[in-house]
Amino acid sequence: MDHSEFQKQKGSLFTRSFFVLLALVLIGVVIVGIRCFKGLGAVTNMSDGFPWGLWITYDVAVGSAIACSGYAMAILVYICNHMRYHPLIRSCVLTSMFGYALAGLSVMFDIGRPWNSYGFFVPSRWQADSVMFEVALCIMAYAVVLIIEFLPAVLFSLQTSKWRRLHEFMDTLTPFLAPDKEKMERRIDSVRASAGRIRPILDKVLIFFIVLGITLPTMHQSSLGSLLLIAPSKLNALWHTGFLPLLFLINCVYIGYSIVILESVLSSVAFKRPIEVKELSGVARIIPWLTVIWLSVVLGDLAYRHQLAAAVRLDFYSGFFLLEFALIALGSGILFFKRNRWSPRWLFVSAVLLVLGGGLYRFNVYLIGFNPGPGWTYFPSLAEVMVSVSIVSLEILAYQMLVKVVPIFPRLHLPGHGEPGNTEPEQKVTA
Amino acid sequence: MDMQSRRGFLKYAGTGACALALAPVAEASSGGEAHIDNEELGMLYDATKCVGCKACMSACKRVNNDNGNLECDKAPFDKEALWDAPTDLSGNNRTIIKLYKEPGKPWSYVKQSCMHCQNPACVSVCPVRALTKDKQTGVVDYDKSACIGCRYCQIACPFNIPKFQWDRALPQIVKCNFCKNTYLKQHGITACADACPTGAILFGQRKALLQEAHSRLQQSPDKYIQTIYGEKEVGGVNHLYLAGVPFAKLGLPALPEMAPPEFSTKIIHTIYKGFIAPVVLYATLFAIAFRNMKKDESEPQLVHKEDR
Repeated sequence: MDHSEFQKQKGSLFTRSFFVLLALVLIGVVIVGIRCFKGLGAVTNMSDGFPWGLWITYDVAVGSAIACSGYAMAILVYICNHMRYHPLIRSCVLTSMFGYALAGLSVMFDIGRPWNSYGFFVPSRWQADSVMFEVALCIMAYAVVLIIEFLPAVLFSLQTSKWRRLHEFMDTLTPFLAPDKEKMERRIDSVRASAGRIRPILDKVLIFFIVLGITLPTMHQSSLGSLLLIAPSKLNALWHTGFLPLLFLINCVYIGYSIVILESVLSSVAFKRPIEVKELSGVARIIPWLTVIWLSVVLGDLAYRHQLAAAVRLDFYSGFFLLEFALIALGSGILFFKRNRWSPRWLFVSAVLLVLGGGLYRFNVYLIGFNPGPGWTYFPSLAEVMVSVSIVSLEILAYQMLVKVVPIFPRLHLPGHGEPGNTEPEQKVTA
Repeated sequence: MDMQSRRGFLKYAGTGACALALAPVAEASSGGEAHIDNEELGMLYDATKCVGCKACMSACKRVNNDNGNLECDKAPFDKEALWDAPTDLSGNNRTIIKLYKEPGKPWSYVKQSCMHCQNPACVSVCPVRALTKDKQTGVVDYDKSACIGCRYCQIACPFNIPKFQWDRALPQIVKCNFCKNTYLKQHGITACADACPTGAILFGQRKALLQEAHSRLQQSPDKYIQTIYGEKEVGGVNHLYLAGVPFAKLGLPALPEMAPPEFSTKIIHTIYKGFIAPVVLYATLFAIAFRNMKKDESEPQLVHKEDR
């Protein structure tokens, strides 16, 4: 892997946003603590009719789609052979890693008996008919693959970093604790050396994991749709179809590309980097093709099942269906015009619309279109919302810290394109 | 993106998507014949014979209290927890008797508990085999030592039968298992059927129960709605119902004859049959990615690698 494409972001780790985000994370920790002692019913509005609430819908179904930027970019770079997008890939893999890790974490406190989840590794308990089984194994495997995909960046930093923060930290300790500086230096050297040894080996086998990192999301993203196939009497006919796996698969890819745009624009603004319009407009060009396929499958399927009239009936379900449809159609409609694809503002607007529309589709399937029968209602409790907020905060927190420790952002190389002084150039590798 | 690569993208994305998601739909719609095993054990509840004494409820709780990890549902007035006052099936109740009273029409009691489907959705979705169907008796049982508490069974059950203990730190799923590990073992009958003083609950082989139900329908056609609920619903269930009031009013939903797992597993099996599709997908993607990487390496380096 070519590390010269990437660079670290300069700046302090402990910014004001760091502490705000940390506070939000701590609120979530407290709520999860209460859940552990008093049960799920004490903090959530879930019930026997709505056994899956906001946590499964947002943190897992939508969260993993948002975390598909790594998957979507890997398709673009390695399968469609657009190596020029390679500089964008590391930040995408990082977001995916956090997205999936935190989806996994939220599942662990959403399920009632997490101590039994070792059953997924006991072959006699395997139940191949269960979509949940497939989703769980795939997501766990994918999280590991993402970590492996991200390792080169970490190893590279371990090898080449000046360990400035550690040195500063030791300097502050010196008056009181006086750590042995020389010993520390020797240890750092041995870490550097082993990182240097592992890296070339990893580079050679990385392609196996990269391809695995495309196969696994294809499997589990389609399966996230298959999960609801079992409930034809509960999921509204607008959404219950045999095409659920296909729709979820395409949905996660265009959400993935939209997130690439959003994340790139937002971090460019937040870290005062130039916006990568050229790369983003290329990414944006793919989206309308995907959404056109998606929207035609949706419409064709509704027509085939004679549900088109129900879709425009303007009742509760039809309203949410039309909203979802309009958001996606509008968001991708903007991107059909070349002028808009080269405007950061329109790129941003359409990406927001697509993420909202694509996310709403998943909400519709998991919650809004789900009706277990008379007498059951669900609206998330404040505590449920706060836990989801805290998970997103943890994601942003870890992201903004890691980009300063590990080279993730694309290197700024074009002359007159931003402030190169803002970033810390990497040293040459001498291994 | 140039034309050539877009075509490439659509082609590859298309093949992957089709292989994984499109093909099975065609096959799923072809359908399959459901097989009903009438040798399995079942229950017949005759709502017209039930007097609402709730002896079945208390027998159920007495027998399954410890084994099923049940508690009493406290009434608001009951500070000392001396009463059991359940209002619905819950994490504390496997069965319940309810009274349906529409003004000006005959009233009817109804008993709710697990329907013990012939092709249970809950068993098909449980990722860790915590829910199982006994091959011989057809009893759908729950094993809390395997359960991870994902509640997918609750999503899947068309009757909303499995209940979760929302107020406990160490929760589990609660549902009827025909007293499989308790009363049935000792007495060969469920506690509720044994306790029923009017014969409203019959326990036995599905075959015999169906016969009995049909003869009751024939003998007093005016008394009954002329169907046996559960005979055909969702591929047939083993807990059958007779009633004088439309079943939908008693909380027994109108359901199609196809079992939900028939539809879903057909799609899933086609995608993952023999794990062939995922392996083919991996191999194809690998070949493409490998070729692209090689091409990238052999091409002259164009941009910004001057720091090397």
